[in-house]
Amino acid sequence: MHSKFFSNLVASQNFPFYVTGALFLILFGIGSVMFDSFFSLQVFLNLFIDNAPLIIVTVGITFTILSGFGGIDLSVGAVVSLSCMTLAVLMRDTSISPYVCMAIVLLIGIVVGLVNGLLITYFRLQPFIVTLGTMFLCRGFTAILSRDSVPISNDAYSELAFYSFEFGEYFLSLGSVIALSMVVIATLILRYTSFGRGVYAIGGNEQSARLMGLKTDSIRVRVYIISGFCAALGGICYSWIMLSGYTLHGLGMEMDAIASSVIGGTQLMGGVGFMPGTLLGVMIQGTILTIISFQGTLSAWWTKIVVGLLLCLFIVMQALVNSHKNKLMNQIAEGSVKADKK
Amino acid sequence: MENLVKKFTSSSLALPLVALVILLLFNAFFVNDFFKIEVMDNGNLYGRPIDILYRASSLIILALGMTFVIATGGIDISVGAVVAISSATCCVMLGGDISGVPHHPFFIAIIASLCVGVLAGIWNGTLVAKFKIQAMVATLILMTAGRGIAQLMTDGQIITVYYKPFAYIGGNIPGIALPTAMIIALLMICLVLFLDKKTSIGLMIQSVGINANAARYAGIKVTAVLFAVYIFSGFCAGTAGLIEGSLIRAADANNAGLNMEMDAILAVTLGGTLMVGGRYYIGGTIIGAITIQTLTTTMYAIGVSSDRLPAVKAVVILMIIVFQSEKFKEMYRNYKLKHQNNGGSKEASNA
Repeated sequence: MHSKFFSNLVASQNFPFYVTGALFLILFGIGSVMFDSFFSLQVFLNLFIDNAPLIIVTVGITFTILSGFGGIDLSVGAVVSLSCMTLAVLMRDTSISPYVCMAIVLLIGIVVGLVNGLLITYFRLQPFIVTLGTMFLCRGFTAILSRDSVPISNDAYSELAFYSFEFGEYFLSLGSVIALSMVVIATLILRYTSFGRGVYAIGGNEQSARLMGLKTDSIRVRVYIISGFCAALGGICYSWIMLSGYTLHGLGMEMDAIASSVIGGTQLMGGVGFMPGTLLGVMIQGTILTIISFQGTLSAWWTKIVVGLLLCLFIVMQALVNSHKNKLMNQIAEGSVKADKK
Repeated sequence: MENLVKKFTSSSLALPLVALVILLLFNAFFVNDFFKIEVMDNGNLYGRPIDILYRASSLIILALGMTFVIATGGIDISVGAVVAISSATCCVMLGGDISGVPHHPFFIAIIASLCVGVLAGIWNGTLVAKFKIQAMVATLILMTAGRGIAQLMTDGQIITVYYKPFAYIGGNIPGIALPTAMIIALLMICLVLFLDKKTSIGLMIQSVGINANAARYAGIKVTAVLFAVYIFSGFCAGTAGLIEGSLIRAADANNAGLNMEMDAILAVTLGGTLMVGGRYYIGGTIIGAITIQTLTTTMYAIGVSSDRLPAVKAVVILMIIVFQSEKFKEMYRNYKLKHQNNGGSKEASNA
């Protein structure tokens, strides 16, 4: 009885999510035991505040991974950098209102996503190569706008950056609230809209999705547009933290986002993934960073090594879970054959 | 003659070659003395063409390993990090004594670096071949952790090596005119061509890439082939790491081999090898790597700064992959057919 419960748990759809959640609790628990002031609501909330851009970017990249066909968006880090730089340069050289600047930046993100999506669907090119190209393109454009760091010194914009939602002694920044609402919206879209179900469908099996009458190309283009939009929005949140534009902003962010997504239970083959899991994936990385900064003597490279180890753990776990599921499926199939014979 | 042209345009090497020729022509007209090769006082050759081949060496080596990996339908995005680990290993073994006395003999340091590369390959190979994990995810682990490991080895410092012979790998061995990196790259190319033409390994790799199940039924040890391919890629990364470390005579864990995995993948794709696996083109890969380096050198020559370079690179790459795509070829064929029909000429009826 016990083993059957365990077997069903492993085979359940949300098993990776439970593991990620448990791991997050363990990591946070380790931090709380090790350091006196670690266990507080504000340390927890800081995870959202510090990682708001990464959360938003990860939401976008998860859409592309879910859509299958080797789906991935490597351009997100570069789009973050381009967004910061565009904001900084626009506010320095023109007197356009910051809100219009932000709209322009979001539009840039959408255009980059549209270009990615069209190249991938129309010419049937590999997402990896296409988004690698647009990644180089966006990094290059950022440097063309300015090679030096450009500070953002617009008063109205700084006010937005420092805007915080206070409740009692605790607070959340505007960026973190946007990030959390993006996770909620994305979860709802994936769960309850036909578009969201379509994303899972083309990720699971594109052929059968097409035979079912889904417009696979249109769904895929929209997925990349969402990713571009999220990257630009992430860029805006990043600029609220940095208050500057620089060519090296968001360097390697795409890999952090992919790692978070995988730790959160998304399978890179597409079709399997749970959005709140990716939020936990980002928070696990954030917790490791927080523990290291509380410890004080450990160096930052330990983050990379620990994240690598966690990735390894999750990937091997996914492989084992998948083989277990296959075994269970075979058992069920055999069982039905036996039942037929009777 | 017409046949020859047709044969050339339909071959997979055509597009990368044409791109390279266009780049070289551009250089011939706009950059002074581009093709001039001088002999320096110490007998070394010097000039832009040599410089391009010299700088492209480590990229060629990485891309060779990557070609085999991509041919099996996989990908190895950890090579950049392995380059960092390998160069860190060599520098740590030699030590940063200002007197120039190495801590360990030079050849042991070299062997250690190569072993580290092979070890990384074994790790990747185990995950991909044994655990059947998707190649991109499997190599993502080492890509994330690799630079951390390299920094751990160097203690976060940039170790500068004062031992003189270390500079020979990235520079010139005294008395030999060609840069050592070029010679290493040539040797690697010879090795790969030998494996490809004289043994059945190439065929096995292709069949694994086209259909792993069918290959297994045909009696090919798929696991062993996958394993070998990743080990070779790791070995290539180890070699490239030695060159990269020697170029700056230091171990820079953060920047050694940064984004090199992306350049290597691009070189392979430009050479006409498809990311889905199957047929691969060693010649195309080499030309692809040289094209990327020529583009870089050209842009530096006309005064584009290193951080703006990616924009130009991206436009060229996106153009080439669109031209290579099946859809574009189909569009071109349709366009030609339409043209012929409109003319109603003899050619159409002959065709």
